[in-house]
Amino acid sequence: MTGRRVVITGMEVLAPGGVGVEQFWSLLSEGRTATRGITFFDPAPFRSKVAAEMDFDGEAHGLSPQEARRMDRAAQFAVVAARGAVADSGIEMDRCDPHRVGVTLGSAVGATMSLDQEYRVVSDGGRLDLVDHTYTVPHIYDYLVPSSFVAEVAWAVGAEGAAAMVSTGCTSGIDSVGHAVELIREGTADIMVAGSSDAPISPITMACFDAIKATTPRTDHPAGASRPFDASRNGFVLGEGCAVFVLEERESARRRGAHVYAEIAGYATRSNAHHMTGLRQDGAEMAEAIRAALDEAVLDAEDIDYINAHGSGTKQNDRHETAAFKKSLGDHAYRTPVSSIKSMVGHSLGAIGSIEIAASVLAMKHHVVPPTANLHTADPECDLDYVPLTAREHRTDAVLTVGSGFGGFQSAMVLARTDRPERGAA
Amino acid sequence: MTASAVVTGLGVAAPNGLGTQDFWAATRAGKSGIGRITRFDPARYPSQLAGEIPGFAAEELLPGRLLPQTDRMTRLALVAADWALADAGVRPADLPAFDMGVVTASASGGFEFGQGELQKLWSKGSQYVSAYQSFAWFYAVNSGQISIRNGMKGPSGVIVSDQAGGLDAVAQARRQIRKGTPLIVTGAVDASICPWGWVAQMAGGRLSTRSEPARAYLPFDDEASGHVPGEGGAILILEEASAARRRGAKIYGEIAGYGTTFDPRPGSGRPPGLRRAIELALRDARLEPSDVDVVFADAAALPDHDRVEAEAIGAVFGPRGVPVTAPKSMTGRLYSGGAPLDLSAALLAIEEGLIPPTVNVAPSPGYGLDLVVAQPRPARLRTAMVLARGHGGFNSAMAVRAL
Repeated sequence: MTGRRVVITGMEVLAPGGVGVEQFWSLLSEGRTATRGITFFDPAPFRSKVAAEMDFDGEAHGLSPQEARRMDRAAQFAVVAARGAVADSGIEMDRCDPHRVGVTLGSAVGATMSLDQEYRVVSDGGRLDLVDHTYTVPHIYDYLVPSSFVAEVAWAVGAEGAAAMVSTGCTSGIDSVGHAVELIREGTADIMVAGSSDAPISPITMACFDAIKATTPRTDHPAGASRPFDASRNGFVLGEGCAVFVLEERESARRRGAHVYAEIAGYATRSNAHHMTGLRQDGAEMAEAIRAALDEAVLDAEDIDYINAHGSGTKQNDRHETAAFKKSLGDHAYRTPVSSIKSMVGHSLGAIGSIEIAASVLAMKHHVVPPTANLHTADPECDLDYVPLTAREHRTDAVLTVGSGFGGFQSAMVLARTDRPERGAA
Repeated sequence: MTASAVVTGLGVAAPNGLGTQDFWAATRAGKSGIGRITRFDPARYPSQLAGEIPGFAAEELLPGRLLPQTDRMTRLALVAADWALADAGVRPADLPAFDMGVVTASASGGFEFGQGELQKLWSKGSQYVSAYQSFAWFYAVNSGQISIRNGMKGPSGVIVSDQAGGLDAVAQARRQIRKGTPLIVTGAVDASICPWGWVAQMAGGRLSTRSEPARAYLPFDDEASGHVPGEGGAILILEEASAARRRGAKIYGEIAGYGTTFDPRPGSGRPPGLRRAIELALRDARLEPSDVDVVFADAAALPDHDRVEAEAIGAVFGPRGVPVTAPKSMTGRLYSGGAPLDLSAALLAIEEGLIPPTVNVAPSPGYGLDLVVAQPRPARLRTAMVLARGHGGFNSAMAVRAL
């Protein structure tokens, strides 16, 4: 099965600011932000009080009342996005061999929101050590083990091939799609429904990020709270969302006349083996992942037209990855636009990697690079071209997108237009 | 030629034996680790039995600074990884950092740690939640902590597919070996025997409510009425075969084949996917059914699930066509830790030429299985098949083979 190449033929995005690819792209291309004061619960006791929340009603997006009741919010996102991506691809799943269709989903924190809510009930507000089983909802096992999200998506799209969740913290959204690419390349599947979903905006998540001061304490101006690469940045803004793709082997996509968004040309992941939450400032491991992804793509640093950064807006991340871009791309890093859409849609943990893949695909589709919102005065140690405030028309045939997360995981993916001028391709 | 991935080290943490030797000694002798829960008082709950690991002294085996930041399952995983590396004769510090990766599975993360922090949040306030909650409970924690402790910077990963994940992680580790990383630490350890994890498991309706340890978990028995959960699992060292040979490593066996499928949506009337997973694993390993000397069953111990598994085994291997065993009848179901423990047991069984028994079970003749019960069965073993299913419809099968 060597030589099999993998393309994206369908996608759907649920991001703060709106459900659907069109709303997502208009937010990004207009440089608007979707961060706001938290409304899901009373944020008063918390250090960080802003988030990028979605306005989402599962039933309005086609879920049955029973589906909406049993599924965690992140699972609801995933099912809605998966159905949307399949519809977008034009694939008639009924006419496919379900054994050759698989599902991978990424999620960093699974059903955290439901677990938080249900714990509160069964413990009677934290009073009971021996929590009361007579108050559990019957489907709570599906919250305990978040591979239930994958089951829901497989049922929704009719997949009976390889199915799994990839849960590598904040790189889950890249790693899940990368995993699906590997399954198609090796011949395990012909079609993969792949993406990631997280809905972490709940008190327990806010509390633990408060404790390590990872999220921003800024409260005065929620729309300006997420400030990657800006000298005044002081933490990320928690978000939520989901993106799901339909991936196909390139030749079979061509045969059915599918619209092809892009090829997933290269993917790699490495670990920093350093610290569960800390980063070494030289960015060596992310640089290694980038080099490996370029190798797999058979592309040179100079082929990269745009870097979709992790850009979380923590002090150490933005310097870490700036160093990694320079180490891996050399001088080309200085000539390449870099931006962080987390400035607009926040950091949805395991989901954001897939949402950023979608942003990268759309940048290639429109030849427009989304901006880094709220970037007024760059950190002097972040000295690349971060596309401040305003989107930019820019010929974009190949994109590097990266992720970095707790556990030390560093992932990189290279996406390319299939009609790009080939340079030394294998 | 595709690189072959071989197992060169085992690190076992099981309810019936902490460490490979103790585990195998207990398992071949049919000694169970299932008993009444001691970790908390289970009196109020309908299900009161579990496979707990007794005598695990993390404070003697791990640096003190790791204790406040780790759930029990992570401590077990770190120690099992240490043992597996020692068993393989590998000193990570001697190897290039990017030549080693970590791929583990997890079903429910550090759930006990999570209960403690949720309790602080809701009873005392958000400012009492530990900074370590940000990573101690999430599914990626074991891969992250093992990579940090051992300086492993190569490709890593984390798979969640309930009980099937234990095989899916080893398959992903093999993929990374084939793509060129010489050594991957893989497998899984799970533990969520805390009240909050317990009620979540009970709500699934698949736990036995019997109180007598020898009568509670009875796969393929007419009296099957659910399973007993356990904690633990195994960590395996996977290496590229020629590199392992060059350094003179002991080789337990090869990860010869793997297949994975997902069941059709409920009510579709289409056949379940386990049989196909077994067939895919055989094809991947270039094996005929008759080459398989023993099957380690998933052993759900619910009549519907047992029937599906027995039918899949019968369809591939023929009626009573292959010895089948479920040593997990001595440990309980360990979620993602279960299949790596079965892989370890399979490799140890091959080494000794002895199939460990399924304990306490009187096999229902209706299933048509040659279930190895009561006593271990001596046999010439070269190839074993391990099956694992995850709730919702995940099916995985993996063949291991002596070299």
